[in-house]
Amino acid sequence: MSAVFDRIKDAFAREAPGAAVSHGILVLAVAPADVLAVVARLKEEFGFDLFLDVTAVDWPGEPLRFEVVWHFYSTRDFVRVRVKTRVPEADPTVDSLVPLYGAARFMERECHDMYGIVFRGNADLRPILLYEGFVGHPLRKDYPKGREQPLVPYREDPR
Amino acid sequence: MSAPARTIPIARAEPSGAFEYIATKKDELIGWARKFSLFPYPFVTACCAMEFMAVSATPYDTDRFGAALPRFSPRQSDLLMVVGTVTHKQAPVLLKVYEQMCEPKWVMAFGACATSGGFYQNYAALPGIDRIIPVDVYIPGCPPRPETVIDGIMQLQDKIARERHPILTREF
Repeated sequence: MSAVFDRIKDAFAREAPGAAVSHGILVLAVAPADVLAVVARLKEEFGFDLFLDVTAVDWPGEPLRFEVVWHFYSTRDFVRVRVKTRVPEADPTVDSLVPLYGAARFMERECHDMYGIVFRGNADLRPILLYEGFVGHPLRKDYPKGREQPLVPYREDPR
Repeated sequence: MSAPARTIPIARAEPSGAFEYIATKKDELIGWARKFSLFPYPFVTACCAMEFMAVSATPYDTDRFGAALPRFSPRQSDLLMVVGTVTHKQAPVLLKVYEQMCEPKWVMAFGACATSGGFYQNYAALPGIDRIIPVDVYIPGCPPRPETVIDGIMQLQDKIARERHPILTREF
């Protein structure tokens, strides 16, 4: 396991200088502009052929508020790698991974629903778990806990 | 001579004058018939479905109450059993199912989520189906014990038996 990780660390010494293993997963923190190139090399050169998930972390009050996190799995070496990047609230845009992994299409829609991350290159960012007309992004820390947006008007006098 | 055939004697059905007619009230008669022929429509969305299966199966057996035959068309059913969490996204579907049911119809909120939203209080969950449709009987529990469900069915039967059953409804 560590041999694979060492090769990846050496290969991405420029893009992800602080790469380290955390809980058995290699973590690569890269710049938003490098994401697509790094993931393409992970897939082509290191055999990370399974796209597991994309999600985001909200750090309120920080200048680069959102952290977008991808996980990949190698069915050749049986190891996982995590790629992270930080984007500002004003322009939460990262490159879509749809050209590399078809599974990214739906997962990026979910991440767009919940956090409002914009995936440049994903042509279909319609709501997938939420519904048309939903205002805001419910997993952001500033979304009010009790705010509901019902589709059916409530009855006048529910017993 | 052959022996006479051995047959079981059948009582002759002659009018005897006793118990040929009964007098009752129309509402009591129709209510008695309706409370033992509930056709449930299971609107099953979540984990309470396991308990719904348990209460339908042999050890508890809702068939004893005439409520065992689920109809998977709202047009053929008269009891809407909402079993599980209903989200805001599902609420229009639930309302449409309810509106497609013919009168007379009753609604059962099965479990904590259908009753009040349960422990979900967030952007996604409807806080109780009574916000959008009228509910006749609420069954608490997360999930409810089968005994609780049977108690709910019996309470609904009592309610149906006490109800008025107009032959011509307002909508007629």
